[in-house]
Parts: sequence; structure tokens; C-alpha cells
Amino acid sequence: MSDTKKFVYINRKAPYGTVYALESLEVVLIGAAFEQEVQLVFVDDGVYQLTKGQNTDGIGMKNFSKTYSALGDYDVNQIYVDEQSLKDRGLTMDDLQELTYEDEDDDWAEKSSMKLINREQLAELIDEADVLLNF
Amino acid sequence: MSTLHTVNKSPFERNSLNTCLSVVRGDSTVLLIEDGVAGALQNTTASASISDAMGKGVKFAVLGEDLDARGLAADRVIDGVSVVDYAGFVQLAADHDNVQSWL
Repeated sequence: MSDTKKFVYINRKAPYGTVYALESLEVVLIGAAFEQEVQLVFVDDGVYQLTKGQNTDGIGMKNFSKTYSALGDYDVNQIYVDEQSLKDRGLTMDDLQELTYEDEDDDWAEKSSMKLINREQLAELIDEADVLLNF
Repeated sequence: MSTLHTVNKSPFERNSLNTCLSVVRGDSTVLLIEDGVAGALQNTTASASISDAMGKGVKFAVLGEDLDARGLAADRVIDGVSVVDYAGFVQLAADHDNVQSWL
């Protein structure tokens, strides 16, 4: 049996108003060091974590949105965004930053890490997870 | 007596905005701050409730610094909702008789 487990992180909170989003990102980055299979899901207000152009100068908090773009370097390249959550908030994928990774099996070609999913696909991700972590 | 109502929770996660809108009166202002700024945007499932209240004379404002932090551009805010800065927040508090914070 393989030692690799599938970790699914489900992110449902907007950034800055609470500390959940930042905590999740830190746990993901720490967990990435253990070479497990990692999938990140952004659903409900979690989709706000990935918006482009975040500028926290006015609120005096650390802008951690740029850190998401480092996930690809940690082999975290399965990032799922719930379509209904975007729609309910008047957002589209164009409002989100583009997260990519370099595919070592394809001459390091740069590829998108992001995938739009529906609730049925989300159900499947949850069903197939070995470990579920919710933030 | 006029009241400044502040809402700091996302309308998609808590019912703070709804409860606020159910009691707010025409001479009052609702200021959306922190995660509450999500409620100020066009084309969301919360937009209609803001527009309805605006039709009854309630004034709305949103804190620009909190929009910026979340990457939400001011031009996506519902027409009629004014974008204010922290100084504007203080001015609103001074202009009303009381402040009700829907935490």
C-alpha cells in the first residue's frame, strides 16, 4: 500500500476578516513538504481568497494573496474553484489570479493549476479524500 | 434619531446584513466594512436586498480600504452606494446620533 494520502483542503472563508484563509495557506505550505497528494478547493466565500489585485495597504494587514502563486513550486497544482460560489458573488474566473505550475513530465511546460468545478465534482473530491481539512 | 449601522460579516456567510436591513429606517445609513464589503457588489445574490432598502431611502456606504484589500474594484459597487475611506467612516459616525454594529 502506498504511503501517499490524498489531502483535500476546503476553503470557505473570505481573507482578512478572519484568520482562516491565512492559516489554511500556511498549513498547506507546511503539509506540502511531506510529499502527499494535495487538492485545494475554494467554495463559498473562499473564492474571495483568489481575487486579483488585492491591496492591503489601507487596512494594515499582510497581503498574502501573492503566496498562492508559489503553490505550483510546492507541487500543489490541483486547485478547484466552485462555479456556483463565483456566480452567486458576481465573479468569474477572470476576476481570479491565474495559478500555474511547471509540468516536469512535459518538459516543464507551464500549465494552469485551476479548474472550475460544480457541486457534483465537489462531492466526488470529498468522497475520494483520505484526509479532509476545513478552513 | 439617525443611526449608522455597520455590518462586518459577509452576507453569504451570516445573516447580519439581512437582520440589519429588516430594521433599518429611512433616515439611517448602512456602512459595509471588513468581510461585509462583499454585500456592496453588483450582480450578487445579495444585491437586490440592498437595492430594495435603497428604494426606501436608506443610504449605503462601503469602506474602500476593505474593498481594495479583497481585490474588489470600486466600479463594481452597486450604483448609489458611496465608497468612503476611514476619515469618511469617522464622519459618518459623527453625523449620526448613534452607531449600531451588527457583529
